[in-house]
Amino acid sequence: MIRAYEIDPKFKYELQKIPGGEKILKCFQCGTCTSDCPVARFSDSYRPRTLLHMAHLGLKDRVLSSDTLWLCAACFKCTDRCPQDVEVADVIRVLRNLAAEKGYIPQVFKDQARTLVETGCAFRIPDLRIKKRESQGLPPLPKGNPKSVKRTLKDVKFFEHLQKSAGENLNGRQ
Amino acid sequence: MADSKWLIFLGCSVPYRVSSYEISSRKVLAKLGVELVEMPEFSCCGLPFDPVSHETMLILAARNLALAERQGLNILTLCPGCAGALRKVNRMLKADKTLQQEINSHLKEAGLEFKGTSETKHLLQFLKEDVGVEKIKASVTRPLTTLKVAEHNGCHILRPKEYAGYDDPEDPQTLKILIEATGATCLDYFDETECCGAPCVGVNDKVALQLARDKLNHLKMVDTQALITICPSCHVMYDTNQLRIEKAFGETYGIPVLHYPQLLGLAMGMSAEELAFGELRVNPQKITQQIKPLT
Ligand code: SF4
Ligand code: SF4
Repeated sequence: MIRAYEIDPKFKYELQKIPGGEKILKCFQCGTCTSDCPVARFSDSYRPRTLLHMAHLGLKDRVLSSDTLWLCAACFKCTDRCPQDVEVADVIRVLRNLAAEKGYIPQVFKDQARTLVETGCAFRIPDLRIKKRESQGLPPLPKGNPKSVKRTLKDVKFFEHLQKSAGENLNGRQ
Repeated sequence: MADSKWLIFLGCSVPYRVSSYEISSRKVLAKLGVELVEMPEFSCCGLPFDPVSHETMLILAARNLALAERQGLNILTLCPGCAGALRKVNRMLKADKTLQQEINSHLKEAGLEFKGTSETKHLLQFLKEDVGVEKIKASVTRPLTTLKVAEHNGCHILRPKEYAGYDDPEDPQTLKILIEATGATCLDYFDETECCGAPCVGVNDKVALQLARDKLNHLKMVDTQALITICPSCHVMYDTNQLRIEKAFGETYGIPVLHYPQLLGLAMGMSAEELAFGELRVNPQKITQQIKPLT
């Protein structure tokens, strides 16, 4: 059931202004994206067409707090096949970015963000692997520069939000 | 891009869990006369952060591109995700000067600047366009004529078409041609361009494994002797996780999953050991027992 007070009629225009969301109004709800979506085949709840529909209707909070939003595999099938040229995967990315700004961030992304500011990489490469390289005949892994990475990210909103929600200092500001 | 020197961008996934891909790629590229330069201070390409922060993705990719520009070299990646992110951001920033300035204001904090002078290619595109199929064929000393294998391109090498753009995302040919250059037969099968499921790991493992299982089922139907991949994440889904999928769904596959350079290396006369076959989780015997020592 949709309640009138849940609707933000301006949400779709908000999305239209964000890079990647420009073409959202062209969606005519044909369902090609859902029928070609690999995730939709195995998930009972994930439907890209439905997410776009909810966004159109202005069910902002509902769509942004929805767990299924995070299931998109970013395989870009929908984008390549949408008859209306909606950049579907990008619209979903825009919705996820907005969700993240509201603090809806799955744990795996929080973990990766922490590893990023600490090491410069999304995954922490185990010492054992780094040591093993020599015996495998591989050149040493070039040293990362997490300080430089952190500096470039210090004014990025996402890290500020993350810091606030975790109560931690992640973005390198003292 | 005729230079023979390329900056190798390893990204996070390859050194994190698929050294066999790196080992075999380096061996094969050396044999083809490609000189690789290590990329200092590289960081994550940015792609894993796109879902939560597009801005972070843009900055990380641009930072890596700026590092490459400093060296005056183009980038070669083993991961299609890295190639996709670096190629896309390079094009986006070159096309939109306002965005470029904005991203550069972040890079400036680390004394870097993006100018848009370095190109990026994934190994597959590089082999096709810069090395060339003829040269690869000429490097084959032990044609793998008894092998029947299947390919899996994965998503990011093919889509979105607008940015990936050098192969047909609906019916990709490059990997097939390169497999056939080794003398092996490349089988067709159902739903070849389907996603491996890796991006769903950690969010919903069940969906991720179901996607990988679906592909393994399709491969089993055509009786392939191996699956050939060109992406570290796809490899993890089909090789590292194959046993887990077999257990979870009560299936048996036993389909060896090789990185393309492992296959090419065999055809070039290298041994399975040299090409790090020992690191594969699914026993590659089906393939290795067909490889005759060179006389
Ligand atoms: S394929 Fe395009 S037009 Fe059709 S429902 Fe999906 S987004 Fe809308
Ligand atoms: S990009 Fe996401 S929504 Fe689109 S087809 Fe792939 S998994 Fe489905």
